[in-house]
Amino acid sequence: MIRATRLLVVLGLSSALLAGCSKSGVESVQNGYRGTGMATLYDKDRVAAQYAASQLPTVSPAAPSEGPTAGQIYQNVKVLDDLSAAEFARVMLSITEWVVPKDAPPEQAACNYCHSANLADDTKYQKVVARKMLQMTRDINSKWQTHVAATGVTCYTCHRGNAVPAYAWFKDPGPGHQSGIIATRAGQNTPSLASGLTSLPYDPFTPFLLNAEPIRVEGKTIGGDGNRSSIKQAEWTYSLMVHMSESLGVNCAYCHNTRAWSDWSQSTPQRVTAWHGIRMARELNNQYMVPLTETFPANRLGVTGDVAKVNCSTCHQGVYKPMFGASLAKDYPELRGRKAAPEATPPVAAAR
Amino acid sequence: MSLLSFERKYRIRGGTLLGGDLFDFWVGPFYVGFFGVTTALFSMVGIAMILYGAAIGPTWNLWQINIAPPDLSYGLQLAPLKQGGLWQVITFCAVGAFSSWALREVEICRKLGMGYHVPIAFSTAILAYVTLEVIRPVLMGGWGHAFPYGIFSHLDWVSNVGYQYLHFHYNPAHIIAVCFFFTTVLSLALHGSLVLAAINPKKGQVVKGAEHENTFFRDFIGYSVGTLGIHRLGFLLAVNAGVWSAICIVISGPLWTRSWADWYGWWLNMPVWN
Repeated sequence: MIRATRLLVVLGLSSALLAGCSKSGVESVQNGYRGTGMATLYDKDRVAAQYAASQLPTVSPAAPSEGPTAGQIYQNVKVLDDLSAAEFARVMLSITEWVVPKDAPPEQAACNYCHSANLADDTKYQKVVARKMLQMTRDINSKWQTHVAATGVTCYTCHRGNAVPAYAWFKDPGPGHQSGIIATRAGQNTPSLASGLTSLPYDPFTPFLLNAEPIRVEGKTIGGDGNRSSIKQAEWTYSLMVHMSESLGVNCAYCHNTRAWSDWSQSTPQRVTAWHGIRMARELNNQYMVPLTETFPANRLGVTGDVAKVNCSTCHQGVYKPMFGASLAKDYPELRGRKAAPEATPPVAAAR
Repeated sequence: MSLLSFERKYRIRGGTLLGGDLFDFWVGPFYVGFFGVTTALFSMVGIAMILYGAAIGPTWNLWQINIAPPDLSYGLQLAPLKQGGLWQVITFCAVGAFSSWALREVEICRKLGMGYHVPIAFSTAILAYVTLEVIRPVLMGGWGHAFPYGIFSHLDWVSNVGYQYLHFHYNPAHIIAVCFFFTTVLSLALHGSLVLAAINPKKGQVVKGAEHENTFFRDFIGYSVGTLGIHRLGFLLAVNAGVWSAICIVISGPLWTRSWADWYGWWLNMPVWN
């Protein structure tokens, strides 16, 4: 009787746990040789919800590129001065749709979000930020194809209809000074979303996505290669990697064969893309975000007075490719980089 | 292996589950029975397939021989022998051999009029294996989720599957299973050392009995679980270790696809913090 009861308890417990399965089940993708356990798991319900939230906005009709440039027509155009007036207007209207909140009060609605009565005027900080961001978008699309490939980015990749992208990071000073045996907590052991609720360091971004501390701390041989990296350093790396996984909705085996983390020959091609992504985020933070620190009002800054910065979540928002790889930038040549000056492109067809 | 003088009287006919009198005999000290025969058959076929798999593989290095399950693209279908089919045959043989062995234990229990504690205990080890190699892959829709047969290769699998959930040590059932494993080891070590201490007194002194053992633990921690109780405790701890390890892996994937650390959101969301 007791034995039967025990068996029933075990069976009941197992079925109770399994009853909580995702309704539509799990989709798995194999990332390595069979039997290595390299697989990415997707909860179908979660992916369906993410997919529904990742639809591209309507593409506005393409604008003719002929005619005098915006730089010739308008005053104080510093980034998009190579566009035709029609293209320039198209970008301005698209930004409004992608970035400006729909429920903004009249003095901030539509064009007013960035512009004052004199459109050329730079008094609103939003306009100065927007200019820098346009420059950044063009730089990403033209210089960082190692990471964004031909898919490219637009304002919408990060903003998704919000004036401030939903996912940005500030320096996390932690819970303040401790005393006693927890005085040296080494930036660890307090739950943070950055480290995926683990006990790992709660600000992995400052050392790796702002500064350029070494990420690959693993030794190449057993012992003797003079590797002085500590377990604590490995935990900082682990924290960054947890952030990357959570940002992309993938796991460690998406990029690595965990038997040899550092070995490129055992890693998946995605690791190369991620490697460029780390360097891209670092450059964007240092070249575009940090210089804007003085531009932003205090209420847009973090608790340490630092500017909002970019990490993997800013674009990816939980998906392995932002917007599941759908490209909005392909329909916006205006954002893909500075147009080559007319004299630099000889009319090849005519020459023949 | 010599037969003890009193052993013959325990060799009783009958009590078989299958096969009747057909295999109801002993070979030397070993009871055979229908399930002894099936154990032998499954084992021989399985081992032959492992040797075949090693022979067609790239190495005879004992550490590196690897017989892997099929690609996930095969789902739950049969795969060609060299693309995971061998793994499927070996798994079938292993489940057959392990189950036969447990049922052979049941038959011996029936012959002797004993309880089924031994086959139940062994079944939890089988449960853990079957959960890893059959139940979880079936729930996830692909044999490719099972671990490969190889010394290094199955360790690599353990590493990667752990990292599929970013940090497997946050898996609550894994925590419980690990606690049971360590506690099993602790209680076995305490029990073994206590028995050895009692029967190895100083030269010239008599061997000590259960009262000495009980008194040692009463002096030591204020309580002795007793000579029978320690075996109940050992059974409980060890069976739980097997069952909880089966639970910790079967919930990883079918029930939870994300970081195990994420699971603890319920703690941070408790109203008491607000």
